[in-house]
Amino acid sequence: MDDKLTIGGREFSSRFILGSGKYSLSLIEAAVKYAGAELITLSVRRANTKKEENILDYIPRGVTLLPNTSGARNADEAVRIARLARELGCGDFVKIEIMRDSKYLLPDNQETVKATEILAREGFVVMPYMYPDLNAARDMVSAGAAAVMPLASPIGSNRGLATRDFIQILIDEIDLPIIVDAGIGKPSQACEAMEMGAAAIMANTALATAGDLPKMAAAFKSAIEAGRLAYLAGLGRVLARGAASSDPLTGFLR
Amino acid sequence: MENSFFIDSGGLSPAALEKKHRLETDPSSRTDHMAYMPGMERIESDVMDTVISQMKSYEYDRYTAKDVKTALEHETCTIEDLKALLSPAAAPFLEQMAQKARLETGKHFGNTVYIFTPLYIANYCENYCVYCGFNCYNHINRIKLTPEQVEHEMSVIAESGMEEILLLTGESPKMSDIKYIGEACKLAKKYFRMVGLEIYPVNTADYAYLHECGADYVTVFQETYDSDKYETLHLLGRKRVWPYRFEAQERALMAGMRGVGFSALLGLSDFRKDALATALHVYYLQRKYPHAEMSLSCPRLRPIINNDKINPRDVHEKELCQILCAYRLFLPYAGIVVSSRETAQFRNGIVKIAATKVSAGVSTGIGDHESKYTGKDTGSDEGDEQFEISDGRSLSQMYGDISAEGLQPVMNDYLYV
Repeated sequence: MDDKLTIGGREFSSRFILGSGKYSLSLIEAAVKYAGAELITLSVRRANTKKEENILDYIPRGVTLLPNTSGARNADEAVRIARLARELGCGDFVKIEIMRDSKYLLPDNQETVKATEILAREGFVVMPYMYPDLNAARDMVSAGAAAVMPLASPIGSNRGLATRDFIQILIDEIDLPIIVDAGIGKPSQACEAMEMGAAAIMANTALATAGDLPKMAAAFKSAIEAGRLAYLAGLGRVLARGAASSDPLTGFLR
Repeated sequence: MENSFFIDSGGLSPAALEKKHRLETDPSSRTDHMAYMPGMERIESDVMDTVISQMKSYEYDRYTAKDVKTALEHETCTIEDLKALLSPAAAPFLEQMAQKARLETGKHFGNTVYIFTPLYIANYCENYCVYCGFNCYNHINRIKLTPEQVEHEMSVIAESGMEEILLLTGESPKMSDIKYIGEACKLAKKYFRMVGLEIYPVNTADYAYLHECGADYVTVFQETYDSDKYETLHLLGRKRVWPYRFEAQERALMAGMRGVGFSALLGLSDFRKDALATALHVYYLQRKYPHAEMSLSCPRLRPIINNDKINPRDVHEKELCQILCAYRLFLPYAGIVVSSRETAQFRNGIVKIAATKVSAGVSTGIGDHESKYTGKDTGSDEGDEQFEISDGRSLSQMYGDISAEGLQPVMNDYLYV
């Protein structure tokens, strides 16, 4: 089955985007392998340019880097961080993260739209992390985003699809890949998001806090693939109450 | 053991000695510690009143095991929960607190531990803070590094692989003025990716200037939030003005600093009340400045040159651990720094529970990094230490030890933009 995820003109077989910021560098290779990931995020502020261990050295060849702008508090800072990532040789993909809140780390949609516009114009493949708001998502599409990354619940919370209904609206209304990012704590939640029609899942904390990271990466991989297959197969209907009557209510009509 | 702070270390003129003794024994000889001195900026803020009224009404003996259990069951830790967790009733629940704290730390920070080092560039001081090795009546070697010496120290530290530096001075606006500190910040930007400051509190305009020079983070220890106790410990100098110090972090944020650090010096006063006030200071400022990054330190009193009797009194390692777990549960997003005042064993343990940042390659002296890092006698003048440290591990030892615990050392998590 030829089911590829296309972002910014590049095709990916895997629909699992891996975070890298919350676990040991030495585990990255195993995580990538077991997750089957082809895209991995990289915090630019964490990318060491000096002599201690450099995260870039741990990322296997052939994996596309997705530098993020974490630490940015507004569009201007995000733009500067993205440009720095390009200078560091991290490629043209960028995940915009703009937070004006250090407690919940909730993204600032307005500033994110601004940064998306500037960076898309500069040729970046822009993947904005956002609060799932339809109007903001439409603005991001107009601004040139290559995908939209709504949060499932607050980052690091492992609470799952708290914003389920609003993510569904984005999936239904936005023509770009909808990648569910942040808050996914269990493979079952990832599977559910994929069944809903999400294009991909991004996870970090769920792996970092697992007992066995590579094993959990493999579990997510299976769950994401299962959810994707179910979506493609077309889910059967779920009956709200009881069984359907075999005698149709409208049988009396002539 | 009670602390005996007053020491006549010699080298003082009879007049100076007389003044010192008068300050120590006659409260009426001391200035009003609640009155701002000329030139000290006042800002509009209700944070201080809110924090202090909460602290004053805190009766920790009222809390019971049931309150602690309730707090541990809550998904988000309320202020009442924090009060229960800091109370004596929580002592039997230390392990449960640690287990829960570890989960919270993991959610926000994964398994990362940040590493930094302090650099003291001068130890001149105009304050008489009775527990501090730099106090103006303590007979120690005083030194202020020249810009060339500052740069040399920085290059030695940077050579070790360090990427985050915390610049410190004694509190002497005369000997270490803002311009001098600003120049040090500019030099630091050349060698490090993150520059923090732990200097005497200054006005907003000066913080803005230092931010321009490259500093991004300001840490100010309040020492104790009990202003009456504070008055008996900080007998002379600008530091005596308690409210001006309290508002330092807010001024720093108003001036555009990325983040701010807070702390009480545990062992000076009632540690439970001080810990509560520190956490609430962070909590209320975070609500007012939601974008700001916040961190807490948890220093305990240490012996100083000429006075080895100074100790953290009733704050033993178990109490310190309880405080840190309570901080973590109440402020899951805040960084927690554990300094080299604590032993390697304690630091190795606490980074697995609540702490997110440790120092390494530490000297609290002045101009002695080369001799301390290489063992080489450089023949240059060195200034005496502020206090004795307990954990003398170098960066590479610390890096190795953290990795061996299954944690990921991180050298830098900031980008100056």
